Amino acid sequence: MAGAAIPGRLSWQLGRVVDAIDETSCARSLVLDLPNWPGHRAGQHVDIRLTADDGYQAQRGYSIASAPEDDGVMLTVDRLEGGEVSPYLTDVVRPGDELELRGPIGGYFVWEASLPGPLLLISGGSGIVPLRAMLRHWAAARAPVAVRMVHSARSLDDVIYRDELMRLVAFEEVDLRITLTRAWPDNWRGHRGRVDRDFLESAAWPPQDHPRIYVCGPTGFVEAAAAALVDSGQQPNTIKTERFGPTGG
Amino acid sequence: MTYVLDGNAIAGDLFAVYGREMTAVVGRCRKCGTASAVAELCVYPRAPGTVVRCPSCHAVVMVLVTIGDDCHVHVPALELEQ
Repeated sequence: MAGAAIPGRLSWQLGRVVDAIDETSCARSLVLDLPNWPGHRAGQHVDIRLTADDGYQAQRGYSIASAPEDDGVMLTVDRLEGGEVSPYLTDVVRPGDELELRGPIGGYFVWEASLPGPLLLISGGSGIVPLRAMLRHWAAARAPVAVRMVHSARSLDDVIYRDELMRLVAFEEVDLRITLTRAWPDNWRGHRGRVDRDFLESAAWPPQDHPRIYVCGPTGFVEAAAAALVDSGQQPNTIKTERFGPTGG
Repeated sequence: MTYVLDGNAIAGDLFAVYGREMTAVVGRCRKCGTASAVAELCVYPRAPGTVVRCPSCHAVVMVLVTIGDDCHVHVPALELEQ
C-alpha cells in the first residue's frame, strides 16, 4: 500500500504573529492570526515549516496551547539548543511576522468537554502545552467533570503557565500537583523528584472511577508515567500518550 | 543517539497522504498481529526517512519519505482499519 500527497486536503497556510509572550527563560508563546483556520480540538497540533533562502526546508510539530473557545491560535515553543526550528520561533520571530503552517492535526490525543469520566492530565516540561488547551476548554465549556493535573518541571521557574495554573486551582474541581526534579524553594511543600508510581497513585482516581488519562512530555517521561499508571491498575485503553523529543528542534 | 517518538509526530504527513485524520485509526501489525492506534506506533524520525515500528514486536510497519512538497508512504506490514 502506498500513496502520494493529495493536494488541497491539508494545506499549508500563512499565519501572522500577533503577540509573543515569554513564558519561561526558554519557552515562548506565539499568538497567530489565521484567516483560514477551521477551528480545532483541545490536544491537536500544527506543523510549522521554515524555508531558507536556498530552498532548504525544516518542519516540526507544535501543540496548540489555546482552547477552541479562545480568540487566536496560541502555540508555545520550547527552545531546543542547537535546534533548527525552535530557536527561530523563540528568539527571532516578532509580532507582524508570518509563519507557514498546516493544521489542525491529530484525532487521538484530543479531549472534548462532552466526554464522561474525570480527567487526569500528566505532563513533563513543555508537555503541558496541549494539556493547557484541555484545561482551558474544560473551563470555557464548564465541563461537569473533575480535573487533576500532575506536572513535572525542573524548577518552579521552569513551570510554563505558572501564574495561570495558580489561578485555575481556585476552581474547586481542579487539583494541581507539581513536582520539581532539580531545584525547589526552601519552603516548597510540593513533591520533589521524578514522577513515580507512588506519586501517581496518590494523584490519580482509582481505576474503577474510569478516569480519562492524557500523558504528554519527553519520551522517557511518558513511558515511565504510562508504565507506572498501568502498574497501579489503570486500564491501558484509558491512557492516551503523546511523546516529543529532540528530533532536530 | 536514537530518538523514538510516537505516531502523533507523523499526523500531518499522514493526513496529507490519506486525506483524513489517521492517528486514531487502528492498524494491525502483519508480523505479530498487535492492534494499535497509529498514534501508539513507535516513530524513529532520524532514520533515512521516518521509520515506524510496531510497539510490540518492533517490525517495520511503515516508512515515510518527504521529497519537496510530496510525502510518500510505504506500508509494508500494517493492516489499517477502514
